[in-house]
Amino acid sequence: MTVAWDDLVGSALLGTERRRPAGIVGDAAEAAEGLLDAAAEAVVRRRAGVLPAVAGPRPGQAADDPRPPLPEAAARRLRMMLTGSGRGRQGAAPNLTELLPQWLAVARQRGWAVPHALLPELLDAARSRTDLRADALAVAGPRALWLAALNPDWKFALRAGGGAVGAAAAAEDESARARLWEEGLFAERVALLTAVRREDPAAGLDMLASTWRTERAEDRLMFMDALRTGLSPADEPFLEEALADRSRNVRATAAELLSALPGSALAARMAARARSCVSLTAEGIAVEAPYECDAAMERDGVAPKPPSGRGERSWWLGQLVDAAPLSMWTERFGGRSPEEIVALPVLDDWQPDLHASWCRAAVRQRDAAWARALLGPPPDGSGPVTPVGDPAKLLSILPAQERAAWVARFVAAHGLSEAFQMLGACAVPWSPELGRAVIDALDIARDGGSYPWSFSGVMGLAERCLDPAAADQVALLSATTEESPGGSPGASAYWSEAFQRLTSTLRLRALMLQELSGAPTAPPEEIME
Amino acid sequence: MEETESRWTADQVLALAPDAASRKAGAKLASPAPWSGTGAAGTAVWGLCKGSGSKPYQTAVDTRGPAFRCTCPSRKFPCKHALALLLLWSEGSDGPIAAAGRAGEEAEWVAEWIAARRKKEEAAAAEPARPSAPADAEAARRRAERRIVRVEGGAAELEQRLADLLRGGLAGADSAGHRPFEETAARMVDAQAPGLAARVRELGSIVTSGGDWPSRMLEETALLHLLARGFLGREGLPGPLVDTVRSRIGFTVDSADLLAGPTVQARWQVVAQYDTADDRLTTRRIWLHDGSGGSAGGAGRFALVLDFGAAGRAPQLALPLGVLMDAELAYHPSAVPLRAALGPHRTAPEAAPVPSGTAIGAALDSYGAALADDPWLDAWPVLLGDVVPIPGPDRWQLADAGSQDAVPLAGPAPWRLAALSGGHPLTVFAELTPMGARPLTAWPGPAATAVFP
Repeated sequence: MTVAWDDLVGSALLGTERRRPAGIVGDAAEAAEGLLDAAAEAVVRRRAGVLPAVAGPRPGQAADDPRPPLPEAAARRLRMMLTGSGRGRQGAAPNLTELLPQWLAVARQRGWAVPHALLPELLDAARSRTDLRADALAVAGPRALWLAALNPDWKFALRAGGGAVGAAAAAEDESARARLWEEGLFAERVALLTAVRREDPAAGLDMLASTWRTERAEDRLMFMDALRTGLSPADEPFLEEALADRSRNVRATAAELLSALPGSALAARMAARARSCVSLTAEGIAVEAPYECDAAMERDGVAPKPPSGRGERSWWLGQLVDAAPLSMWTERFGGRSPEEIVALPVLDDWQPDLHASWCRAAVRQRDAAWARALLGPPPDGSGPVTPVGDPAKLLSILPAQERAAWVARFVAAHGLSEAFQMLGACAVPWSPELGRAVIDALDIARDGGSYPWSFSGVMGLAERCLDPAAADQVALLSATTEESPGGSPGASAYWSEAFQRLTSTLRLRALMLQELSGAPTAPPEEIME
Repeated sequence: MEETESRWTADQVLALAPDAASRKAGAKLASPAPWSGTGAAGTAVWGLCKGSGSKPYQTAVDTRGPAFRCTCPSRKFPCKHALALLLLWSEGSDGPIAAAGRAGEEAEWVAEWIAARRKKEEAAAAEPARPSAPADAEAARRRAERRIVRVEGGAAELEQRLADLLRGGLAGADSAGHRPFEETAARMVDAQAPGLAARVRELGSIVTSGGDWPSRMLEETALLHLLARGFLGREGLPGPLVDTVRSRIGFTVDSADLLAGPTVQARWQVVAQYDTADDRLTTRRIWLHDGSGGSAGGAGRFALVLDFGAAGRAPQLALPLGVLMDAELAYHPSAVPLRAALGPHRTAPEAAPVPSGTAIGAALDSYGAALADDPWLDAWPVLLGDVVPIPGPDRWQLADAGSQDAVPLAGPAPWRLAALSGGHPLTVFAELTPMGARPLTAWPGPAATAVFP
């Protein structure tokens, strides 16, 4: 006797007092037993008789990854970093999650392939930390893109990395490029435009121009921004036309890009306006800020309305000088060099405004000579620090070595309290000179008796950026010293712990790099417990 | 013969770790710095590890077994020192623990321990387990009889309660929640039928599990009814099925008694090891496979070895995933023998091969045949060869590479398995369950990789 399963379930749900399956007889109690017997027979038959299901659509196969597999020790390290707890900065043990970005960057550079079994964890890490994405996806390789296509949680990989990878491929194939540009998602198109601009700026511009009129305003803004890559005088006609765009943000970005081209007509117009406002007199530089923001100025990207608390004339002046080519000032001031110009007195308290504008112009035009002049030699320890503009940004224009030397001297003179952003602008690993300056400054800070967490930002940077070779130098500092007389209670022990962590992190980084080099690991010493 | 020169891989070592914290701690200690006096000879690996105290810990591992010894106070097993030591060793003979010496060249303290172990092994091999003394046997028999009576009472009571449940309807159970089931489960515990108690508790959780719960509920209720009925009517059942019913109800057989009876000596491959835990107990399941005696297609024998740890403690038995092992074991009596007691065992030095698997259809056939013998079977081991994980709208599938046959997967999306496959076929060890296949281990290449949990 077989009874349909659904019939059995229906009766079971309502109870045999109310409903009986077909073919089952007796009073309610007997029917309940009969129902259980029938159901037992049916469930065994259902389970034992199960037939293969029909396979659904199969995913394609992931592309081959020709890269060599990670050395085993490095693979183990990655697994620890990906599955470790996200413990914060405390105790003397290194914080592995902080080292993950560096690990990924080096692994990418070395061209290792990550074990496939770790890809889900790696994608999850890249999902929650955008700073990891570019390197994580590059290291993860084609297998991860294949995997990401199956999981909505990992869609970002197709946008960010996948877009870039796809774009790089498409950029080389003309028909694929055209199709992706016509049909791609917005982020894919941005990635494509950037990739094409990197290889062939003119082709990228043509591609953008072909659809420019039909793009939405917010998309136009992002595409305009992508033109920064490979920007050249050849882009000027397009940008000049974009100065009449319907969207104010697009107009402003076009103007900014044009002002980064010192030979552009816009730069020349701005130069003419700036020249009429700034002149050299016997007493120094005289400034006569503009009295109005006319339509032509507005068309060239000058914002007429100042932010609150700012006078409108100085606001307009600032924007003119920001956008004027720096080379004009040498000409305007009798062939003086940037150093000499910066040294000239400025009349009527206009100096802060004028110098701040020059800083912005130097950054925008990436003019190292002006950046050097505006930074000057690092201020010595005697006077207060009066930074002009944003020193970290100016520093970023200087060659790496010069930058590190400047910051090292700054730290030696002023300590660490104002150095955080400058340190962040320096190339990793820090030069020996810079590393020594930072370590010495930390030593001095400890002797000063404050708590180490006042320097936690710099400590974190040092963990990631100091050359691992400095570990022994730092280890010397981790011995507990006597409390300094005026110091905060217990500070010495905390410092000792902080230096221990710095030491062990540096050693761990050295070990990590060695593991990634593929050499057998025989490190001098590692972290205990 | 230099047995230890076939060293385990780091993955195999890490698979021995009792938990993630130990794995991490072990990996962290696996650098040469804290270690001194390390060495390897015969099947032994040893070293001294500097800890927080003044005296270093003495750590030794006998890879034949494996067995672990460490002077540290950790209650984890193996401890992080043993894991770290094995990790260093796994780096190969040109790694931190250099080429092995011969057996007999161990450090003195290691040699003593190894010698003691060998002596114990020999004694165990030479002397079969003694049957219990007759006086004890008489008392035990009376205890067993009393228990039978109690279990019969419990089974009869359960039958009544299940019939009442079906008379009133499962819809009523939904509103009552799992409390009535807790009470029934407690009655089954009193009746010394822990197997029944566990299944009743399961019923309670189905009520609150949502979805198509009435169908699942009826399935499990019917199987529970079948079990109780089977016990009450056991006189009329064939012997092996009675054994199955007894073990499902919760009668256990002592491992030592089992091993004193007929045993199976074979070369087994460790094809899966995983832990599950509830509030009271951590259960470790180790699946072994003997591919040597199997018919073509690799449908050899399987054995399931269980080990337990009290709450929060790791079970002691730890075998590296994928290795071959010469072992003697004894199956628990059952219509479908799977669970086994592990006797003397030693890991074999050869590199383990990729086990050969069957197609989906053959695997489901074997599952069906096993269910016919043991309807309460909740996990049937299968080795599937050349299968591909396929994502689906609701559930993933494992499909034959060469046909349209597929089996749905139980549990969450198997991302690690998918990553290992990349759309290419691989060999998978899985448990077939009423809810679908649960993949445990995959061989994308020569190395076994755990894919669960």
